[in-house]
Amino acid sequence: MLKDITLGQYFPGTTPAHRLDPRTKLILVVLYIIALFAAESFVSYGLMALTLCLCVAVSKVPPKSLIKGLKPVLFILIFTALLNVFYTPGRILWQWWIFRVTIEGIFTAFFMALRISLLIMGTFLMTYTTSPIMLTDGMESLMNPLKKLHVPVHELAMMMSIALRFIPTLIEETDKIMSAQKARGADFETGSLLQRAKAMVPLLVPLFISAFRRADELAVAMECRCYHGGEGRTKLKVLRYRGIDYTAFSLGALILAGVIVLARFGL
Amino acid sequence: MEPIIQVENLTHTYGAGTPFQRSAIAGVSFQLQQGEFLGVIGHTGSGKSTLIQHLNGLLKPTAGRVLFHGRDIWADPKRIREVRFRVGLVFQYPEYQLFEETAAKDIAFGPKNMGLDDTEIQRRVEEAASFAGLSPDLLDKSPFDLSGGQKRRVAIAGVIAMRPEVLILDEPSAGLDPAGRSELLQNIRDYHARTGGTVVLVSHSMDEIAENVQRILVLSRSGVVMSGTPHEVFSRAEELEAVGLSVPQITKVAMELRRRGVDIDPAVYTVEDLRRSLLALRGGGAGA
Ligand SMILES: Nc1ncnc2c1ncn2[C@@H]1O[C@H](COP(=O)(O)OP(=O)(O)O)[C@@H](O)[C@H]1O
Ligand SMILES: [Mg+2]
Repeated sequence: MLKDITLGQYFPGTTPAHRLDPRTKLILVVLYIIALFAAESFVSYGLMALTLCLCVAVSKVPPKSLIKGLKPVLFILIFTALLNVFYTPGRILWQWWIFRVTIEGIFTAFFMALRISLLIMGTFLMTYTTSPIMLTDGMESLMNPLKKLHVPVHELAMMMSIALRFIPTLIEETDKIMSAQKARGADFETGSLLQRAKAMVPLLVPLFISAFRRADELAVAMECRCYHGGEGRTKLKVLRYRGIDYTAFSLGALILAGVIVLARFGL
Repeated sequence: MEPIIQVENLTHTYGAGTPFQRSAIAGVSFQLQQGEFLGVIGHTGSGKSTLIQHLNGLLKPTAGRVLFHGRDIWADPKRIREVRFRVGLVFQYPEYQLFEETAAKDIAFGPKNMGLDDTEIQRRVEEAASFAGLSPDLLDKSPFDLSGGQKRRVAIAGVIAMRPEVLILDEPSAGLDPAGRSELLQNIRDYHARTGGTVVLVSHSMDEIAENVQRILVLSRSGVVMSGTPHEVFSRAEELEAVGLSVPQITKVAMELRRRGVDIDPAVYTVEDLRRSLLALRGGGAGA
């Protein structure tokens, strides 16, 4: 049921991919995305795909769950690919009415689809190997310089970790309320759109009430422990770059440089 | 007589195929007789809630079957909704599922889903409210203005209003004060006595189970470890303790008395039983 949502699910583990500092992983993902947009040929795309495969192998994340992550964007993937096939000018392969398939179009569509897939799988690999708490910690630390511009970095990070922390709870709660209403004959699956929207009321009302109650309880609990924002607050786990992070940075930079050089030679 | 519900080799694994895979119940078999009052007991996490959610088809077995009146409830998935009307399940902490403007409307949710007409719904709401021990003046209030105990009664009435053949209650007294607890259990006993329906009471409290049910199913580590009348089950006190459950307080008193040389049956499980056997002993001792 709802529990099967893989989006951003964390697979606990102790592989090098799990042990990397979250900041390292965030930066590497950004580098990977830059490299993806610099890539222009089979060789460079091959390099990018190979990189991802190696990372997946190291992380021991089941490849199946990465591919499952692509499901929600499958429609967009196919749509952009089709647009590219039909609307890229070039050598015409086949033509009918306003539809025109060009060789260039097929290549562009293929690369576009590959680029989006790699981008999503790369990002998912990070969320699969990094616990949400570590991820927000990493983001907070990376965004620290923005504090000088009066951006409430700590508060944003706190909001995000609370939100992430409560997603599973809310999903569980939704599951439970759904079951309880189904036990009284509620039907969430069939009927017209209007009927289905109406059927959501018995689910949403209790869900909102419990979400507000939880928020209230959490606020009281935080106040009881003297939470007063980020100032002077220390960390339980201080982030520190280690040898493995420097190695990963070097490899990442090397691959990015490789792709850029390849692009310069038109490959 | 054919049992009303038959569970055969039921196994359920949560999150099969993920790193969080967990087998909650494995190879559970038992029968529920028409009109019986069954108690299901086990420590927290022993799979009680998982088990009972199979009885009305909210969960689908990973393996095994659930038969209702001799028919596999999953034989025709389209008819599962009908099974849910006939096997009423009250969840743990059911007060969190209330959503309507008034208690009466909330109780009417189930009957309305059954497609009953308004007068019938009205009749059932009143009947169910009285079974659940709700006074009629509460019915027009918003469920959110009621006390915790009253909310729970509204939720229980919401299931009773469907007139299910089997009523299953998952830890109905959890979190209530002692007075509210014994009152609610009295209501459930009365419901069983007056309707002659089949009732399943899930609990982790031995005392509660001991005072109410006719037969006990003991769950531990995702399987049935014992089943029988309270007398049979409580006479195996050591085994119960081995699976982390205790015998009722009053049984402990009887066992201790016996250990100190008082000649009584240690498998007593209500205060009334102990009183009777002690009186009988004294009567005998006085040499009538
Ligand atoms: N929705 C669920 N998803 C995953 N695991 C669950 C779920 N519900 C229960 N479990 C697990 O199954 C086991 C049995 O739970 P449950 O049936 O709720 O036991 P009980 O009601 O006896 O306390 C527990 O270990 C619990 O963690
Ligand atoms: Mg339970």
